Amino acid sequence: MKTKREFIHNWKQLPREELLAPGSPLCAGCGGLLALRLLLKALGGNIVVVNAAGCLTLLAVYPFTPLRCSWLYTTMGSAAAGAQGIRDALDVLIAKGRLPAAEDLQVVVVAGDGATLDIGLAALSGAIHRGLDFYYLCYDNEAFGNTGFQMSSASPLGSQTATSRPSAAQAAGTRQHKKDLFAIWQAHRPPYCATLSTADPVDLADKVRRSTQFRGPRLFTALATCPPGWGYDPSQGHRVAKLALDTGIWPLKEAVQGQLRHTYIPDRCRPVEDYLRTQRRFQHLFAPQRQDAVLHQIQQAIDSYWEEVMLREAPGACGKMD
Amino acid sequence: MLTGNGAAAWAARLAEVDYVPAFPITPQTEIIEALAAWFAEGTLQGKFVTVDSEHAMLTAAGAAAATGCRVFTATSSQGLVYGLEALYTVAGWRVPLVLVNVSRGLAAPITLEPDHNDVLATRDTGCVQLHAETCQEVLDSVLMAYRLAEDPWVRLPVIVNLDGFYLSFTREPVVVPPVDQVRHFLPPFVAYHAEFRASRPLAQGVAVLGGPLYSHFRHQQHLAARNALTVHAEAAADFADVFGRAYDVVERHRLEDAEYVLVMAGSFATKAKAAIQALRAEGRRVGLLRLRMIRPWPAAALGTALAGRRGVAVVDQNLSPGLGGILFQEIAATVLHRPDRPGLLRSFVGGLGGKDLSLGEFRHMVEALERGRPEECPDGPELLYTEADWRQVQPLLKLAQAPEARPAGPRPRSEEATA
Repeated sequence: MKTKREFIHNWKQLPREELLAPGSPLCAGCGGLLALRLLLKALGGNIVVVNAAGCLTLLAVYPFTPLRCSWLYTTMGSAAAGAQGIRDALDVLIAKGRLPAAEDLQVVVVAGDGATLDIGLAALSGAIHRGLDFYYLCYDNEAFGNTGFQMSSASPLGSQTATSRPSAAQAAGTRQHKKDLFAIWQAHRPPYCATLSTADPVDLADKVRRSTQFRGPRLFTALATCPPGWGYDPSQGHRVAKLALDTGIWPLKEAVQGQLRHTYIPDRCRPVEDYLRTQRRFQHLFAPQRQDAVLHQIQQAIDSYWEEVMLREAPGACGKMD
Repeated sequence: MLTGNGAAAWAARLAEVDYVPAFPITPQTEIIEALAAWFAEGTLQGKFVTVDSEHAMLTAAGAAAATGCRVFTATSSQGLVYGLEALYTVAGWRVPLVLVNVSRGLAAPITLEPDHNDVLATRDTGCVQLHAETCQEVLDSVLMAYRLAEDPWVRLPVIVNLDGFYLSFTREPVVVPPVDQVRHFLPPFVAYHAEFRASRPLAQGVAVLGGPLYSHFRHQQHLAARNALTVHAEAAADFADVFGRAYDVVERHRLEDAEYVLVMAGSFATKAKAAIQALRAEGRRVGLLRLRMIRPWPAAALGTALAGRRGVAVVDQNLSPGLGGILFQEIAATVLHRPDRPGLLRSFVGGLGGKDLSLGEFRHMVEALERGRPEECPDGPELLYTEADWRQVQPLLKLAQAPEARPAGPRPRSEEATA
């Protein structure tokens, strides 16, 4: 079940203009790059991207950038504070008449899951708390991708990373569930926050467009498929991203002025194994021995999540797995 | 009458700053409290924002400066080192802003009173660094700092240091100039550096690949910092014209006929000046060289001022454990190759965590210079500690039952230990 779109109803309505030109040093099939490209399309022009250390930092390597908008690389932990400085400075200069309003910019932070949920969480929390008028895109590839895929607090239970390899003592690889970024954001009561998927660009663009109606923090987290880190062929990116939606492991949702709703409720979730089996980082859950307990735990978390969603948002509907 | 904190806040007000991101820390907090009130009541136009840490504060400060605002902020001690990464970052962006640091010793053990380990930790960030001795100098230095920071040949953050408690909370007579006069000295900010504008997309702070390109930008930063010496001379001349107070990168106090020279920075130089008066009354020809600018390093002024002296004592109010005083190393390197270098150069470490420097300690240092090169430990730093200090500390150690089992002091050689 998909909710009704408000602004962008189909692919044809995606803006044609590209703010991210072809050609970058990023990996083939980078889901984070695709998410950024779609987000920028939906926002239109007049943008400054404020970046935290991560894969996408390579979008501006002197003297080249594929971006047709401004860019400031800050540090790994303070991109949201960089956004604060730029937003405030633009406001002050416009208010004082030292800058024409036509020169104003939309401030967009682009940061990975490690920079968002680990080292930069305080700076981001502060910016949201202060009601900063900005957009935030977390491209969540579920690990510190740029440094070679080490565990972050967004790494999902049962995934293998370079610092949480399966071992006799720790057969699951990553032992923790990932931090719930969306819930952390919701607790700050921003005017708008949402999850995104590159497998549904219409949903992505529609949400971004919807968020432009509000002032204050507009926060997005996109599941960023990562061929080298997750271990699948780059040509399979869309399939992997789509399976994340269809198995229900990556819910699409938004909270508008605190009102939560899911923008895609699978009629019937596929077994999560269908998703896990596509990626090398979960292979140890199936071979040499099947780790039923871990697989069950992952499935259980998804099932109970959707049960709760059904009760709240679609009582009577059947979204639960058999 | 203004405290050092009051003087710093007033200077920012007179500079008509556009933007102040802030985070509280003792003993700096009064500065941001005053500025918060002035922005709130409309005395200052622009924005004051309390952020979540000094790391965020310095990032926001740099980003606002990169967008074209005149930015002021202040911190202290732990806050300064918490923001250290961001300080390197914004200096690398080549953006002008002024940061006041109210010196306070670094943890652990955590303390409130001053020494210069905090500000000297920023020595290599690329920021220009000025050290004030009096509350008046705090105000004046902040105004001059904007001239340095905003000069197109410099475009670097400037740190103005004042000592916690000794200046931050001490009231002194301070001349607060009228704002028109300040505008004459410090014209409105024109951002010569890159700015973020809709009509002109631009990438700033971008990554570089490869040593040659990185080195190029680092070298540019070095040259820009060196330019601050030239700009300071011009700014100081203008400052003297407008306000009638003259400053140089170093202060030469009673150096004309001095055989022995103390080298110091900050408010404790006032203690040295009082000691010099007493020691001169005893017939000793002693003077003081006070470092006002520590980055860029005023090598020429320093080398000339120390040339031909019989003895020089560098009094470091900081400690690099395992080495000694930080500024001693830099002064030694500055005079080493000069044929007219001082006959004797000695290193003393004192005033840590606000510990007093007594007349007795100053006399001790001058007598040490008079005696010449010591037999024992000729190159090691001498850590100043008086009988009175020890008498104060001993009962506290006893009260805390400092464990005997925890070895303290120099470790004996192993054969001595087993003997």
